Amino acid sequence: MSTDRANIDRDKPVLLQGNEAVALGALDAGLEFFGGYPITPSSEIAEILSQEMPKSGNKFIQMEDELSSMASIIGASLTGKKSMTATSGPGFSLMQENIGYGMMTEVPCVVVNVQRGGPSTGLPTKPSQGDLMQARWGTHGDHPSITLYPDSVQEAYELTIRAFNLAEKYRTPVFLFLDEMIGHMRESVHLPKKKDLEIINRINPTVPPEWYKHFKNNPKYISPLASYGQGYRFHVTGLTHDEKGFPTNKKEEIQAKMDKLKKKITNNLDDLIQVEAFHMDDAEVAVFAAGLVARSAKEAVIRAREQNQKIGLVRPLTIWPFPDNEVERMLSSTQMTLIAEMNQGQLINEVKRVTYYGEHAKYIKLQRYDGTLITPEDILQRISEVL
Amino acid sequence: MKYQIRLSGSGGQGLILNSILLAEAASKEGKNVLQSQAYGPASRGGSSRADVIISDSEIYYPAAEHLELLLCLTQKAADKYIKLLKQEGILIYDSENIKINPISAETIAIPFTQIAIDKFKTSLVSNIIAISFICTYTKLVSFKQLEKAIGNNVKEKFIELDIKAAKLGAQLARDYENGKDISS
Repeated sequence: MSTDRANIDRDKPVLLQGNEAVALGALDAGLEFFGGYPITPSSEIAEILSQEMPKSGNKFIQMEDELSSMASIIGASLTGKKSMTATSGPGFSLMQENIGYGMMTEVPCVVVNVQRGGPSTGLPTKPSQGDLMQARWGTHGDHPSITLYPDSVQEAYELTIRAFNLAEKYRTPVFLFLDEMIGHMRESVHLPKKKDLEIINRINPTVPPEWYKHFKNNPKYISPLASYGQGYRFHVTGLTHDEKGFPTNKKEEIQAKMDKLKKKITNNLDDLIQVEAFHMDDAEVAVFAAGLVARSAKEAVIRAREQNQKIGLVRPLTIWPFPDNEVERMLSSTQMTLIAEMNQGQLINEVKRVTYYGEHAKYIKLQRYDGTLITPEDILQRISEVL
Repeated sequence: MKYQIRLSGSGGQGLILNSILLAEAASKEGKNVLQSQAYGPASRGGSSRADVIISDSEIYYPAAEHLELLLCLTQKAADKYIKLLKQEGILIYDSENIKINPISAETIAIPFTQIAIDKFKTSLVSNIIAISFICTYTKLVSFKQLEKAIGNNVKEKFIELDIKAAKLGAQLARDYENGKDISS
């Protein structure tokens, strides 16, 4: 391949693969360290970054496995480098322990999971949405999750940059989820000029080193972050810790730490949550779908509208934290909701949780987990069976 | 206008590359394009297919459903996908490897593999001959854009050979349109 990725003409649309768009988005966001272990269907991300990152003096390391991949990006981030890894389900499972460590120690980094069929090694080349709850509760303990879920190659690029921005802003690992087919398909993408990108960087401490507390609490629950090598000394542990980072068993400090982890997310839902309402203004039936399935749903909505059927789509771009208020509001005037997922039922329980009362609390489900895509016909037929 | 194309055969025949060449050429001409593929864990031998959708309007569903054009390079692919072809669609197949029953769609039989071996002493370029035939015959993209896409996506040492193969594919399409026998 002779594509000169550093000098893509940004005035014209360019044909990109989903994984390639993630790699370019990461580079545009300022990625400085990638530690990973290639796995289908995410391998192109590592492949492209292994070619591009050394050109600008940045570090790409192929680690011995996914445990160390996750450890490496946490370590790199603590030295001040914007860090990322990319994997698929089997690797995402192996990363869970250190993901929890990254959340507990409040380290900004981005973890990409290009989902394939599971459990275990499952279906390496087939799409599935089986890891959505793993993004929420994969690592143990009480913790929030930020997980972004694009439905196009364009959006894969945009949400990659957003994932970095949110990681830096909220001092936490952020997940970017793709479906196998989004990762592997190619679409025309409009890349913005680099000067037009909004890039957020972590807040550095302004206090002298002897005053610095690595986890200092404040009304925003987000502490400034020093980097190793800057002259600031700080302690990092996965044990529940005080503001200086040393283990604690004091109930006030435990409570404060747990509230900090939670509230830096829940106090900023307006900033974190994105939901698309597609032809929902007068919709009587709503389809709820995310990622790849939303593409089938959009086609189904367009075809239904041609037959004067009032169908719309609610699509979360942020699946975690789940958009409780937005989904509740958008579905409040519909008579029925079809929840379509490529799994045995994961987000359906979230939709039910937030819309458990009222007229609109009538659900039908469409779940497919045979490695093939839900089609627009599947969706329209399922709706017509009930209407 | 929405044009749905499926390129089908087995892994290693260059069908995914073909789909990228066509998609990139169409994208450069300002059309909405979506390219996707399905393949098994093995890169060679197993069945392989790639879809290209070219449209004036936004493309939502990412797989081809009702085909305007189907290219088949193996019997297995033909048996599996001919039913997706529209009545007024076009079936192009490798006549050395495939036997088909009469269908209502236009059928074009070309021994791509044999032509590649006869003219270039390698079957490796049969995919390029086929995609260039498709580009010229359907007029979906210009030869110039196809040539550029080959330059962008093929290893340096194969570019010259592939462009020669593409020129042959385009010539075959013109010959076919002019009613010449290209079945051998």
